[in-house]
Amino acid sequence: MREIEYREAIREAVIEEMNRDPKVFLIGEDIGKYGGAFRAYKGLLDMFGPERVINTPISESAIIGAGIGAAVTGYRPIAEIMFIDFTTLAMDQIVNQAAKIRYMTGDNLRCPLVIRTQGGAGRGVAAQHSQSLEAWFYHIPGLKVAMPSTPYDVKGLLKTAIRDDNVVMFIEHKMIYLLKGPVPEEEYTIPFGVADIKREGSDVTIFAYSNMIYKALEAAGQLEKEGINVEVFDPRTLVPLDEEALINSVKKTNHLVVVSEACERGSVASDIAVKITAKAFDYLDAPVKIVAGLNTPIPYNSTLEQASIPHAKDIVKAVKEII
Amino acid sequence: MPGNKKTINSKILNDIQNKNDNNITNNNIKLNGSKTSDKKEINYLSSMTEVIDKDKKYKEKKLTGEQKINLLRTIIKIRRFEEKTIQLYQIAKIWGYLHPYVGEEAVAAGACAAIDRHDYIVSTHRGHGHSIAKGADLNRMMAELFGKATGYCKGRGGSMHIADTELGMLGANGIVGGGLPISVGAGFSCKMEGKGRVTLCFFSDGATNNGVFHESLNMAAIFKLPVIYVCENNMYAISMSVCESVACKDIAKRAVSYDIPGVIVDGSDPEEVYFAVLKAVLRAREGLGPSLIEAKTYRFGGHHPNDPAEYRDKKEAEYYKTEKDPVKNYKARLIDEKVVTIQAIEDMEKQIMQEVENSVKFAEESPEPSLEKFLEEVSGI
Ligand SMILES: Cc1ncc(C[n+]2csc(CCOP(=O)(O)OP(=O)(O)O)c2C)c(N)n1
Ligand SMILES: [Mg+2]
Repeated sequence: MREIEYREAIREAVIEEMNRDPKVFLIGEDIGKYGGAFRAYKGLLDMFGPERVINTPISESAIIGAGIGAAVTGYRPIAEIMFIDFTTLAMDQIVNQAAKIRYMTGDNLRCPLVIRTQGGAGRGVAAQHSQSLEAWFYHIPGLKVAMPSTPYDVKGLLKTAIRDDNVVMFIEHKMIYLLKGPVPEEEYTIPFGVADIKREGSDVTIFAYSNMIYKALEAAGQLEKEGINVEVFDPRTLVPLDEEALINSVKKTNHLVVVSEACERGSVASDIAVKITAKAFDYLDAPVKIVAGLNTPIPYNSTLEQASIPHAKDIVKAVKEII
Repeated sequence: MPGNKKTINSKILNDIQNKNDNNITNNNIKLNGSKTSDKKEINYLSSMTEVIDKDKKYKEKKLTGEQKINLLRTIIKIRRFEEKTIQLYQIAKIWGYLHPYVGEEAVAAGACAAIDRHDYIVSTHRGHGHSIAKGADLNRMMAELFGKATGYCKGRGGSMHIADTELGMLGANGIVGGGLPISVGAGFSCKMEGKGRVTLCFFSDGATNNGVFHESLNMAAIFKLPVIYVCENNMYAISMSVCESVACKDIAKRAVSYDIPGVIVDGSDPEEVYFAVLKAVLRAREGLGPSLIEAKTYRFGGHHPNDPAEYRDKKEAEYYKTEKDPVKNYKARLIDEKVVTIQAIEDMEKQIMQEVENSVKFAEESPEPSLEKFLEEVSGI
């Protein structure tokens, strides 16, 4: 199969959906000629024109609000917030408006809005450009949260997100835009709430998502040499979560390590650990182990930055502690 | 390159060239239906000069030779420091995000010359020039860019977060517009303290399109806070042209909705910036509240060192680099005015280059922050 970059997969999904449905349009900062901060929209302005590729001023709250307004009146906007760190400027529109509008209006107002953004550390861009804030959105009833790790997943999930009648937080990771992977030429979509086993194994399940999938796979490779057979579980969407598949994996391996780049307090990871402990307690041979980022704003210094997020060695250590 | 001027399709350029527009403080416009509509006409942008002169606090004086030389030194220092950081970025000694201030030096130099050491400044992601103009130590700045323990932020912040309490430098900022509300709080602090201290808040055109701009200026205005808002209108926010992003012709015009002075200055002329800011500062110290100063300027390079800035008209960039280079122009002017000699400028350049090189050496030789200590500090969840 051909291999394409993660960002190219995003671009393909957007092009296909914009061609399929004239109601789909893009709105965000520097998405015109510039093609987006990570160039995922390269050439789209020429292809679809300024009416469907709306380049905005630095007005995060209005970008999301405009997305909501267009969505409830029949369009399917993909609103982009350049860094997840800047969703903070649009939190009223995301949390109080978008997430609740369909429910609180008794289904009167449907809001098929995709909010594309990216987060994560690793590029030396310090505390205000490196955060992992998915737990905020995971916490809010009314938002779906997708965090694809591969080019294949990002394309299939983005197409599904665009077709979904609800608000989707579509969270990418800045470190994987250039990563290549197999993506079929034929059209496909990936349903939400269906996990993907990135590597099958029998001794321990590692739950990871987004960029942490790669750390988990690296750890799995190292552990294999020591005779430990690791299953790498990628939920792909955090909301809805494929709980059943996760429980099935734990039934098989009897061990669970949950990995999260975000720090542990109030994280998705700790929530998963609690859930599985409660629902699959009888199948666990050891307490669920969490490997998470440190409790710190992300530092600029690269040694400290790297030390503040999990690596394969940390996952290896955690696995060995429970096996 | 005078031939180019006409072909440049830019409203800002026209503004700068059209000297009549250069100071719009005396314009009057009619506002219908506003709360002041009972007055036939309201002062569009109340003249700062008028306010200050009435109180006999301010007369537009000439700068002394020494002041001019200081301005020139600051401008050159910023330029050489920035050029160095770009070089170092290209060889990956500096990483992350770097937003060079090349081309905009006269704004920081002129503005900071109009305040005192104990006054505050609030800066942006393009903040090196502000720090240097406020008197920051190049060694500690460079060390921060190298992520070293001796840097202003102990290596934790990098380019976008340089701050120094002693200098009254309240921080660069990774969030566009993030400093604007903070300036309001600093303004409250200055006001409550009652010693005439002021806050100078820098931001660029892009920040004025975020909601916090309105919230901040409105609040500063209603509480008459001693804050001077200096908008460095460099005509772009990454790739977004100000012509497409700002609904009014000039950002200074936005002052009208807060009933505060709004002035436009040529940001390549440090003296013009200086006098405009000085008036606003004196006004603020008198308890008369904030002002908005729009300095028309231009970043010579891309948004960051790897940005080829393909979204800009090459002729436009060429025009600014040749006609509006604060380093070149101010040098020529001071030579012309016989304030400095060519030799003196060469000596100044040499001394500054030495200072910049020393800062690199200092940064290189400085220790990394301690990993053990870091891990200790962040233990726990
Ligand atoms: C709230 C927010 N939105 C977007 C960004 C990404 N970003 C960084 S700099 C920049 C452009 C800023 O333009 P302007 O305010 O004009 O400052 P300049 O770069 O021209 O100095 C953008 C959009 C950000 N840092 N913060
Ligand atoms: Mg700008």
